[in-house]
Amino acid sequence: MSVTGLIRLGDNALVLGQRLSEWCGHAPALEEDIALANIALDLIGQTQLWLGLAGDREGQGRSADTLAFHRDAWDFRNLLLVEQPNRDFAVTMMRQFLFDTWHFEALTALTTHDDADISAIAQKSLKEVTYHRERSTDMVIALGDGTEESHIRMQGALDRLWPYVGEMFTRDDDDLTDMVALRPGFDAHAAATLEAATLTQPASDFAHQGGKTGARHSEHLGHMLATMQSLPRSYPDATW
Amino acid sequence: MYAQMIKSEATKDDPEQLAAFQARIDAGDKIEPKDWMPEGYRKTLIRQIGQHAHSEIVGQLPEGNWITRAPTLERKAILLAKVQDEAGHGLYLYCAAETLGVSRDELTEMLLDGRMKYSSIFAYPTLTWADMGAVGWLVDGAAIMNQVPLQRTSFGPYARAMVRICKEESFHQRQGFDIMMKMVNGTEAQKRMAQDALNRFWYPALMMFGPSDAESVHSEQSMQWKIKMNGNDELRQKFVDQTVPQAKYLGLTIPDEDLKWNEDKGAYDFTGPDWSEFFDVLKGNGPCSTERIEARQKAWDDGAWVREARLAHAAKKRAAQVAAE
Repeated sequence: MSVTGLIRLGDNALVLGQRLSEWCGHAPALEEDIALANIALDLIGQTQLWLGLAGDREGQGRSADTLAFHRDAWDFRNLLLVEQPNRDFAVTMMRQFLFDTWHFEALTALTTHDDADISAIAQKSLKEVTYHRERSTDMVIALGDGTEESHIRMQGALDRLWPYVGEMFTRDDDDLTDMVALRPGFDAHAAATLEAATLTQPASDFAHQGGKTGARHSEHLGHMLATMQSLPRSYPDATW
Repeated sequence: MYAQMIKSEATKDDPEQLAAFQARIDAGDKIEPKDWMPEGYRKTLIRQIGQHAHSEIVGQLPEGNWITRAPTLERKAILLAKVQDEAGHGLYLYCAAETLGVSRDELTEMLLDGRMKYSSIFAYPTLTWADMGAVGWLVDGAAIMNQVPLQRTSFGPYARAMVRICKEESFHQRQGFDIMMKMVNGTEAQKRMAQDALNRFWYPALMMFGPSDAESVHSEQSMQWKIKMNGNDELRQKFVDQTVPQAKYLGLTIPDEDLKWNEDKGAYDFTGPDWSEFFDVLKGNGPCSTERIEARQKAWDDGAWVREARLAHAAKKRAAQVAAE
């Protein structure tokens, strides 16, 4: 069992949870503020579990907080998709939909993992992510098939983020499950949703890569970490 | 408080109806949305509940300012949960106001164009992590002072919203105090942050209760109607008496050289806030007043296409359903 595989799951949840929490107080409606905070909260909870287990298995005394706040960007192993900036609500919701659709498949596969801790965390997380996926699916459909403006924005968001989809289905020995095997489930749900949303799936299957391996993150991650890690880095002796 | 300087509306209703209404209130009845009520009662409540709701919403901003910088995963989760609660409080309160015949959108527009206010406290900046402690400890602490009695307010939907809000607020206050405990037991820098936060938030917290009762021209009618349950000075005194021992326990100094225990009145003597600063804040000259409304305006403007699209989609779905039937 690879510690990196656990870190990948934890970092995805952490980075996306952090991105969503940037919306606090700025969402298009009160209900969206509440929902975004709720999803962020679930993801931060999942981060604690995955990174906590990663620290335990690594056995070098690193806690979930140490991993979250005392690593630099090159040691993060999240997908490039989740570190992309919020931009507008269309990009935020499309990013959420694409991630949730993959996350749902990944967690479903992990619920039967041989390692009891991994399957337990996956089962708990899957309950939350089932709801996340339902919500982002409904939102993509409503905004894709809403007004002319919302349709244009959602298609733009899809076109912009589609090149980050392929990385989710790359496979290496650190993965805790076969990511390639998740693709058909993702494709089926994405195709049905995009059709209902009157959106066109981009033809190109070009995929940016380098997030989950840490080889090359986007420029955005460093800025996010500079904000997120500022207190523990500035006051390393403090407990909070 | 979250509702400050609420102007009580004069009422021109039939004296007999008014007397019967007052008798119901005096008997402890709850007034429900479909019941007859004086126009002044309705308008005053809309203003008060609306201002309270706006305060919850604008109040997300100074705390949201630190969610992205919370120093541990647990603190981040707690703060997210707290801010989510506050948005929820805003939602119940807007719903309570809607039962009086005003829509959430109308209330929002009144906030944005300055016809309605939010609590002065949220026009102050949050500058260090200790401010998350001070906001919970002092600001939520002050809010609870007012909101606990409002659970018995005469308007049913407001009273019921307040029951739920109070439960969550007392959790918020405890988490604020817990942050302060960590800070004062921490490094020198953390202790300095804690004292600095108290220095900056003490007088703005005292202002939350509104000006002295002697100068509050609107209190009497609202108290008769049980919309306002206690005098401003009484609540402020109670807050000071409760908070001074807590500050001592934390080893922090309240920034008031004249603060001392008065044996005769069985309460603390203390220096009141600078009311000219309070009135400046209400006029929109608080340190963050411009940014707060700008942020809410931007959320409203940027979100318009989302709200319109959701309505449009819902209408399409309804039309499709009708066609299918």
